[in-house]
Amino acid sequence: MTSQTQTRPPIRFRGRSFLAVVLAPEAPIEDWLADLDALAKRSPAFFAGRAVILDVTALAPSRDALHDLVVALNEREIPIMGIEGAGAGSLGPGMPPPLNGGRPSGEVAMPGEAPAAAPVERVTGAKSLMLESPVRSGQAILFPEGDVTVMGSVASGAEIIAGGSIHIYGALRGRAIAGAAGSPGARIFCRKFEPELLAIDGLYRIADDIDPSLRGRAVQVWLDGDAMRTAALD
Amino acid sequence: MAKVIVVTSGKGGVGKTTTTAALGAALARTGQKVCVVDFDVGLRNLDLIMGAERRVVYDLINVVQGDAKLPQALIRDKRLDTLSLLPASQTRDKDALTDEGVARVIGELREKFDWVICDSPAGIERGATLAMRHADIAVVVTNPEVSSVRDSDRIIGLLDSKTERAEKGERLEKHLILTRYDPNRAERGEMLKIDDVLEILSIPLLAVIPESEEVLKASNLGSPVTLNAPQSAPARAYADAVRRLKGETVAMTVPSEKRSLLGKLFTRRAA
Repeated sequence: MTSQTQTRPPIRFRGRSFLAVVLAPEAPIEDWLADLDALAKRSPAFFAGRAVILDVTALAPSRDALHDLVVALNEREIPIMGIEGAGAGSLGPGMPPPLNGGRPSGEVAMPGEAPAAAPVERVTGAKSLMLESPVRSGQAILFPEGDVTVMGSVASGAEIIAGGSIHIYGALRGRAIAGAAGSPGARIFCRKFEPELLAIDGLYRIADDIDPSLRGRAVQVWLDGDAMRTAALD
Repeated sequence: MAKVIVVTSGKGGVGKTTTTAALGAALARTGQKVCVVDFDVGLRNLDLIMGAERRVVYDLINVVQGDAKLPQALIRDKRLDTLSLLPASQTRDKDALTDEGVARVIGELREKFDWVICDSPAGIERGATLAMRHADIAVVVTNPEVSSVRDSDRIIGLLDSKTERAEKGERLEKHLILTRYDPNRAERGEMLKIDDVLEILSIPLLAVIPESEEVLKASNLGSPVTLNAPQSAPARAYADAVRRLKGETVAMTVPSEKRSLLGKLFTRRAA
């Protein structure tokens, strides 16, 4: 029996991040709840299965008012996983736990809300990082916001991690990790293909698994379902 | 005001100290006032190659820590009166170098000389970053071998981020010296070719120093190769490098295969 307990692997802790929707109620609460109802009517499933955090920093409610607010939200089947900005004494048993240390990540688009404006905004807001000089061994370029373009080469031992696609107008000798923000549509392009590691959206391939006939050529890499594809550009 | 050159590399044993001594002596021969500084605290080799190991009284650490004045520690070369050496300490810890102290010593040297050439320790640790910190020009020394080239690439990255000039947003002038190059072996694919190295590192080439026994001979005699055998191929390559550093345009002489008719006959027979 004891040997069995000894062979059990140790408990492992993992990190996982979800995009939480932050609700920041404004006074007067009744009007704000009415607006929320109108919104929920337009897209009933918006809050289903989402992580919702209640930010009461601006409201600064009393203990009872906060309790009423949580009850009102529960009635609307909006599950609150945590409360930000509440005073130390105002959270008791039966209330969601306090949260801190969150980092803002921009607006969450509501379905059915100004559908015409959203795509245009995304195109103009598309960010990219332009690197004029070669990326040296030991350097790591992290750009989760979008595409990375390198005018020089990426040296062996260097690393580019992009939220979007990676374009290299020199030789790729290091690691290229595209689509790091979870975009399987991201691609890797380079003029001279000698990579150590390629990755798109978490799928990776090391140098040994790469078709040797592509070495030294201009190549693009993309994802086709769960398979990584490579093809010469010329 | 002097120009400060740092001679650096990622990997050890590629010829930084030899290059520092050879460049220093070649510059001093042209009448420029030169000081070579050994930053390789804990190892100390430049004084040996310069043939001044018996004359070291005070060293860089003593000056940095204020135990000695700079003129007390400077060793004037016996062959060239325009050449001086600031030696390193072998007995002291490499952590004895402080940032402020080094900045003050380099500032004093700048006023006294036309050129200050710092021989950096290999690698990316504190000693190397301190040596490169105040440089105006970096000379990266590389062998035609993959490990040496990759480590040099890392060092170039540091030169672009950890130096005073880089932090001010200015560009640090960077040059490459390729040492121990053997054209025959490069042709046979036993070492990297010049073009391959240049393509990977993408900084301008200052000189290609051919593999030669003259370099080893000069080192062991305690005399820079540019003084000991000025007509030898490596000495001429270093002399050309110095003219390029001074802004002259000199055609690059790349060591090529020396094949006499007899040699051709022999290689053909062998093949």
